[in-house]
Amino acid sequence: MSGADNNTTPTRKRNNMMLGLVLAAFVTLVFSITIAKMMAGQNMEATDHVRRPALEISE
Amino acid sequence: MANATVIDTGRETDFSDYIALLKPRVMSLVVFTALVGLLVAPVSVNPVIGFASILFIAIGGGASGALNMWWDADIDRIMTRTQNRPIPAGRVTGYNAKLFGTWMSVIAVGMLGLTSNVFAAALLAFTIFFYAVVYTMWLKRSTPQNIVIGGAAGAFPPMIGWAVATGGVSVESILMFLLIFMWTPPHFWALALFMNDDYDAAGVPMLTVTHGKRSTRKHILVYTILLIPVALVLGFTSIGGPIYFAISLVLNAMFLAGAWKLYRRDEDVAIADGYKSERKVFRISLYYLFLHFVALLIEAGTKAMGVTWADWPQWV
Repeated sequence: MSGADNNTTPTRKRNNMMLGLVLAAFVTLVFSITIAKMMAGQNMEATDHVRRPALEISE
Repeated sequence: MANATVIDTGRETDFSDYIALLKPRVMSLVVFTALVGLLVAPVSVNPVIGFASILFIAIGGGASGALNMWWDADIDRIMTRTQNRPIPAGRVTGYNAKLFGTWMSVIAVGMLGLTSNVFAAALLAFTIFFYAVVYTMWLKRSTPQNIVIGGAAGAFPPMIGWAVATGGVSVESILMFLLIFMWTPPHFWALALFMNDDYDAAGVPMLTVTHGKRSTRKHILVYTILLIPVALVLGFTSIGGPIYFAISLVLNAMFLAGAWKLYRRDEDVAIADGYKSERKVFRISLYYLFLHFVALLIEAGTKAMGVTWADWPQWV
């Protein structure tokens, strides 16, 4: 089924619209959380598959 | 669409059916108690982090509701109160409800961990497990104590809210847990007294079905008496105070008076007046819990405004 056929009924069209809004809201929320955490001065870096000596807490 | 096979399953699934799977009315209680737990905690939380955390706790609670509806679809079909839920009404398939509940649980726990802390996320995961597996799959159909132990699931939200702020557990958060935990049995048994026929038909071993209504009335009274010290002691912790204590005293007197009345009532009298007193006690129990948490908020509000009660005893 091609993308254009996904809105065949009014109910389905509305469901897709609502799902789109929910996803957009989720993206906005994650972005807001990120900003809030960065403003609080938290360290947002982490090790990414390789060891990052700079992130290790020195004794 | 010329060659497509259309299977008529009644009404098309609507977005609102998935919202209904999250049990919005239960969710409102989860949101409120978790929010109070978060706000009365001694550590302040960034509003964005707080809002997001409460949202993920709510989604997690809702997801366990969806899993509950998936598992209980067979008995929901029998009880009139639940016949119109999305699965028995044929608007969402059981399989889709299971998938929805599982993924919403994973997302809620994962996001709560990223937003607040690992401890709060673990507590949320345990709550979902407790409600969906321990209560729904195991206890509900096997023991008349289902409500007593299952009530723990509904009691966790303020503890999770507290954990979001503090990252741990304390006497205050355990007492908030106990308040809901001890309140749940008399609250549900009061409901069961006038909803008996439904549970009976579905074969759910509610206390009213297994031990009769006389025994249920006694149980309501005993659990109400056990609830009172828990509610009052909270007044002498760091989140309590004289305002909370005064409100709690009135609410406990009302609840106890109601429970005593139910205990003294005869089944014939109850049937004759259409379970008027039972319905009243059920309503009182709803206000009881709501106003206790409102009282905690008031105490937190007065403390935030700088009002302190120097002479008020604080045990912990």
